[in-house]
Amino acid sequence: MIEIQDLVKTFHRGSVNEVLALAGVNLQVRRGDFITVIGSNGAGKSTLLNCLAGSYPIDSGQIKIGEREITRWPEHQRATLISRVFQDPLLGTCGPLSIEQNLALANRRGRVHGLNKGVKRSDRNLFRKQLSQLGLGLENRLKDSVGLLSGGQRQALTLLMATLVKPEILLLDEHTAALDPKTALQVLELTEQLIAEQHLTALMVTHNMRQALQLGNRLIMLHAGRIILDVSGDEKSRMTVEDLLEKFYAVRGEEFVSDRMLLV
Amino acid sequence: MTYFAFMGALEQGFAYGFLVLGVYLTFRVLDFPDLTVDGSLPLGAAVSAVAISAGIDPFVSLLFALAAGFCAGMVTGILNTKFGILHLLASILTMIALYSINLRVMGRPNLTLLGKPTVLEPLTNAGVGMFNAAPLLFGILSVLALLLLFWLLHTAFGLAMQATGANKQMITSQGVNTDRIIILTVGLSNGLAAASGALLCQSQGAADVNMGVGTIVAGLASVIVGETLFGHRSIGRALLAALLGSLVYRLAIALALSLKLGNFSFTPSDLNLLTALLVVIALTLPGLRRKVLRR
Repeated sequence: MIEIQDLVKTFHRGSVNEVLALAGVNLQVRRGDFITVIGSNGAGKSTLLNCLAGSYPIDSGQIKIGEREITRWPEHQRATLISRVFQDPLLGTCGPLSIEQNLALANRRGRVHGLNKGVKRSDRNLFRKQLSQLGLGLENRLKDSVGLLSGGQRQALTLLMATLVKPEILLLDEHTAALDPKTALQVLELTEQLIAEQHLTALMVTHNMRQALQLGNRLIMLHAGRIILDVSGDEKSRMTVEDLLEKFYAVRGEEFVSDRMLLV
Repeated sequence: MTYFAFMGALEQGFAYGFLVLGVYLTFRVLDFPDLTVDGSLPLGAAVSAVAISAGIDPFVSLLFALAAGFCAGMVTGILNTKFGILHLLASILTMIALYSINLRVMGRPNLTLLGKPTVLEPLTNAGVGMFNAAPLLFGILSVLALLLLFWLLHTAFGLAMQATGANKQMITSQGVNTDRIIILTVGLSNGLAAASGALLCQSQGAADVNMGVGTIVAGLASVIVGETLFGHRSIGRALLAALLGSLVYRLAIALALSLKLGNFSFTPSDLNLLTALLVVIALTLPGLRRKVLRR
């Protein structure tokens, strides 16, 4: 169970460029939830994920994973519980290192990186087995440097690395947005497969409403730093893209009205 | 070039080999331009000279120098990571602070080791000539350092070190505290630089507070010359290239100094100009080669 309470985040605080990115987000994620996150540009989707992962310090609020209050944990410490896949395929893997070395680092997520051998022989068998389920032939290229791989291959590898040690929560930030449609579909299928197999808890940001409805058991919509829709189960599976758009414009319309009333 | 000049260049090349391996660690692996070495090399010399003068075994004095250099490097690392000072500036701050510290350590601007034992004594006592003993011993020591670094870079810590230099976001997401990696690696690099200083002061017979001037440029020149000539496709190759680069650099300098064109010859005061030229050539050569090959 992951609890987010009154999360507030402002960028450029105190300057003319001040932006309220998260205006008090409350969210309870149950174990095994696969939540898709949608919202327009600047709604706060990525900021929410970055605040969860600890990339940005937050202004106020509380984040709890299980019984652990992690609000003040630095990013690398949170990484022992949280794993993530970024939009940029280059960000999740280390180019100059080989495939097996990248996997070895991921296989030690949350443990001390000490003076023991980086890649052990027993690791290699595990890595080969794990890589073979990607169906990309990477299991025969353990020693190739990751810089030689395509964006899609790197993103698939990042996904595998993020789940090699089971995380409490997996954060996916538009992780297929930078890939071509065919590769994006493959990576998405892999995402579904890994989440289902390991019963992972996941938050997935996407711009594609159809995708957001298709995947996962729960959907939240962010607008102006707030969660304006939170549906799950049957209610979610009955929803259509038109319903989502309607909800979205309804919220925007209300705001418009209230603004005008202020002026009058 | 005379035989003595040749052996002298080898001696210098191997003694500076530690420094060059250290510079490779910071500049290439960690992507951290570290000028601390200009201060930590004479620090190593000072610590070693003072220790030997106090009657401590010359080999043990090497360890003292290493430890002192390590601490100096950690200061730079901490200034950068914990206080958020730009890496270049952090290293310059430590470097100038070390100038005063080195004077304090020695109590005077230079300290001679005349008549004192050095690490070369066991070899010269065994009948090896002075001009052969230093290149031999320093060669063995620097190859040992190379092997140790090769091992280190393939440990889990070493992989995290490489990833910290290449992709900080990735390695942070794998739960590694990059601050700690940076502090330890810059420390290690400066420990190696200090070891260079200790060996140099023992072979030259004196430690001098100004002996560190231009260290970083020489170190960088060696790394780049090595990469250009010997490649850097794998870690092992890059380490070897760095050490060989140190030898080539010192040989090139010795060659230039022994050059006579009519009445003209270079003097040691021309060294900085020669180094700068060498670095420029080494930096432009790979690009030039690519251009020519493309045609």
